[in-house]
Amino acid sequence: MEFIGYFGEVFQPVSFMLLLIGTIGGLILGATPGLSPTMAVALLIPFTFQLEAAQGLILLGAAYTSTVAGGAVSAILLKIPGAPANIATTLDGHTMAKQGRGAEALQLSFLASAVGGVFGVFLLIFLTPVLAQWALAFGPSHLFWLAILGVTVIGTLDSNSVVKGLLSGCIGMWLATIGFDDIMGAQRFIFHPELSGGINIIPALIGLFAIPQVLTMFARGREPSGAEVLAVQRHPIRKAIGETLRRYKSLILGTGIGSFIGLIPGVGGQIAGLVAYDQARKFSSERRKFGTGHSEGVIAAESANNAMVGPSLVPLLTLSVPGSPTAAVLLGGLLIHGIFPGSDLFDNHPDVAWTFINSMLVGQILMCIFGLYVAGLAARVAQVPQSVMAALVLGLAVFGSYSVQNSMGDVYVMAALGVGMYFLERFGFAAAPLVLGLILGPIAEANFIQGSMIADATTGRLTYFFGGALNLALIGIVLASVIYSAWMEIRQRRIDRKDEEALA
Amino acid sequence: MKKLLAGLATALLTLTAPAMAQDYPDRPLMMMVSYGAGGATDFQARIVTMTAGNEDALGQPIAIVNKPGAGGRVGWNWLATQADADGYTLGAYNVPHFIAQSIEGGVEYSTDSFEPIANWGADPAVFVVGADSEFDTMEDVVNWAKENPGKLTFSGAGLFVGHHIAALQLEKAAGVKLAYIPNNKGGAGAMKAVIAGEVMGGVNNLSDAFRAREAGNVKILGVFDLDRSDFLPDVPTMAEQGFDIDNASVNFRGVMVPKGTPQEVIDVLAEKVPAMFENDRVKGKMKAGGSPMHVMTRDEVIEMWQARQATLEELLAGL
Repeated sequence: MEFIGYFGEVFQPVSFMLLLIGTIGGLILGATPGLSPTMAVALLIPFTFQLEAAQGLILLGAAYTSTVAGGAVSAILLKIPGAPANIATTLDGHTMAKQGRGAEALQLSFLASAVGGVFGVFLLIFLTPVLAQWALAFGPSHLFWLAILGVTVIGTLDSNSVVKGLLSGCIGMWLATIGFDDIMGAQRFIFHPELSGGINIIPALIGLFAIPQVLTMFARGREPSGAEVLAVQRHPIRKAIGETLRRYKSLILGTGIGSFIGLIPGVGGQIAGLVAYDQARKFSSERRKFGTGHSEGVIAAESANNAMVGPSLVPLLTLSVPGSPTAAVLLGGLLIHGIFPGSDLFDNHPDVAWTFINSMLVGQILMCIFGLYVAGLAARVAQVPQSVMAALVLGLAVFGSYSVQNSMGDVYVMAALGVGMYFLERFGFAAAPLVLGLILGPIAEANFIQGSMIADATTGRLTYFFGGALNLALIGIVLASVIYSAWMEIRQRRIDRKDEEALA
Repeated sequence: MKKLLAGLATALLTLTAPAMAQDYPDRPLMMMVSYGAGGATDFQARIVTMTAGNEDALGQPIAIVNKPGAGGRVGWNWLATQADADGYTLGAYNVPHFIAQSIEGGVEYSTDSFEPIANWGADPAVFVVGADSEFDTMEDVVNWAKENPGKLTFSGAGLFVGHHIAALQLEKAAGVKLAYIPNNKGGAGAMKAVIAGEVMGGVNNLSDAFRAREAGNVKILGVFDLDRSDFLPDVPTMAEQGFDIDNASVNFRGVMVPKGTPQEVIDVLAEKVPAMFENDRVKGKMKAGGSPMHVMTRDEVIEMWQARQATLEELLAGL
């Protein structure tokens, strides 16, 4: 309960102003395609040079929480996921926006984000020592099985055909091999120096999701159907709160999975949203509505990606080991003030530690309030004529891809992947499984190689990858996931056949 | 008209050429960092350049531009082949990384592609084991490895980086076979592997190991450097423990420019940049962050690069 005593610090005039700046700025940065939470926090670090340690961290903490949530804005309105965390949000969120329900989707996403986020920070406050042990329990073999678990999701994600889903996943995994490989430094498929760093995930996301729809808009050209201006439905906040509570099952699933996976160093943040989305669909009674603008999809994805914020800082704050790129940037922000995370932080600088954590808590709520306020305004984006919209999204896509690492090469990669995806979509392939392959490929590969190297020097590969309770539990979940998907597929076919017979 | 324009152009050229060195720099500079924002190199680069705009330094600010990828290869390839050699484009170097990579091959740079300006930091590698490990000295580690050849697993930040060089030196000096496990998440990932007990030990950065020891997670058994570190006065060097290991694995960080940059500009930078590093505010921030400073002038860096090139060629020849 120590943290309550430090709430006063957060509400000091200067601190609170920084919190407001961090939250609003974070929402704007997060909504800008290409600016991931990691980059937003890194951009703010120089500003904290001039501030007190606690105040600097308030700025960074607020910016971190709100950029993650802000990513939902471009995901829903423009179908450009700001970061891998927001991929799952596009699946139902953007469909809702296209139906004129953008305001509703944004409100749901901010409410779900706040619930997930607050829960995640509470985990950080109360369970840090326990969670730290849990974060350490995942070695290379466990991370390998976790990545395989992600692969089992690929087949059923946002695609009508399991085979096409798996094929997209394979294309993604192949794309992930391009460049110098992470461990051995081998060169693979580098035909141009710009590709030596591999396919960066952010430009790939922008290209795969945004460009196909830009091309579709252009392809329609000046057809009179361009006049179909959407009526943007107003959506009272009261109803959004009611809807969020009614979908408590997805909210709990999303929050739980997000906090659980977010904790695992190096893997969590990227796949939390997608795994939560998939599980929410499997457990939902309205399974078939997913992907057609269903509120549960948005709620599960967004509660998961904000729930991961708190737990993802556990390894940094307790063990001084950053578990995610954003945590590594925050480490820099702490070090610049001479504060070492770890026991030193909580023993000798409790004011800094708890003020920082409290600011994330208050930040979640402020983020929700501002988010709900702009949701109504932002949804008007859907009324912009398609021709203008296409140009605007294209401009943002180029800007976002370039800004990631100041490289024109990334812009060409974005464009090439986007054009390729346009044609793949025509044949019924989806972007989400492809991106999941791109994310999971390197995780599975690197951990398999590392695990094998350790295994070869010690116990042998069989015992290393198949021994131990955690390995067996993960293998069990993988098998359950595969069997469940197969069973669902068979049952669905039977129902379809019956429908056909009934029609006949 | 054309003649007039051509005349004007030549006149301008002759006017600007000598004026260049006097006025340089008359606009902000940019420094390429070949690692991501928030990493140790980026973090330190931002601190050491924060006073560049002062009148007694360059008088113009330096903006940091990150070009991460492939262990630094993307950024250094860019600096060697695409960057303007006009004195306004600087780059941060990491030795031994870029030299080892150029020896390994597959990149478009070598020590001949760049002109060093000055060195700001030196982060030695150290050998760490978990806090509850049975090993207390390097001798324990080596004795265990001699009884169990090839079975001592220890982590490091990857291949062809300082940690890998240190690992190779240790194997050679102790005459044992070890199992070096390169980590794909850099120093932080390698440290996590040690703390979690996935590996028996690890080579890591002194600054990160120092923090991990403060947090009570690891023991530090030896420093891969010529002298003990001010941060860790109680930890002996490898040489003190009877291993013939020099400072070839120390991670030197500094500033360089692409080959072809005008000599006058290099002279200006070589004079002013080391003085900029010596600024008290810079030193204070670096110390607070646990980042060991080591300022070296251009001539010293040239010598260091040459020495490193020779050592690394010999060490990596067997791979």
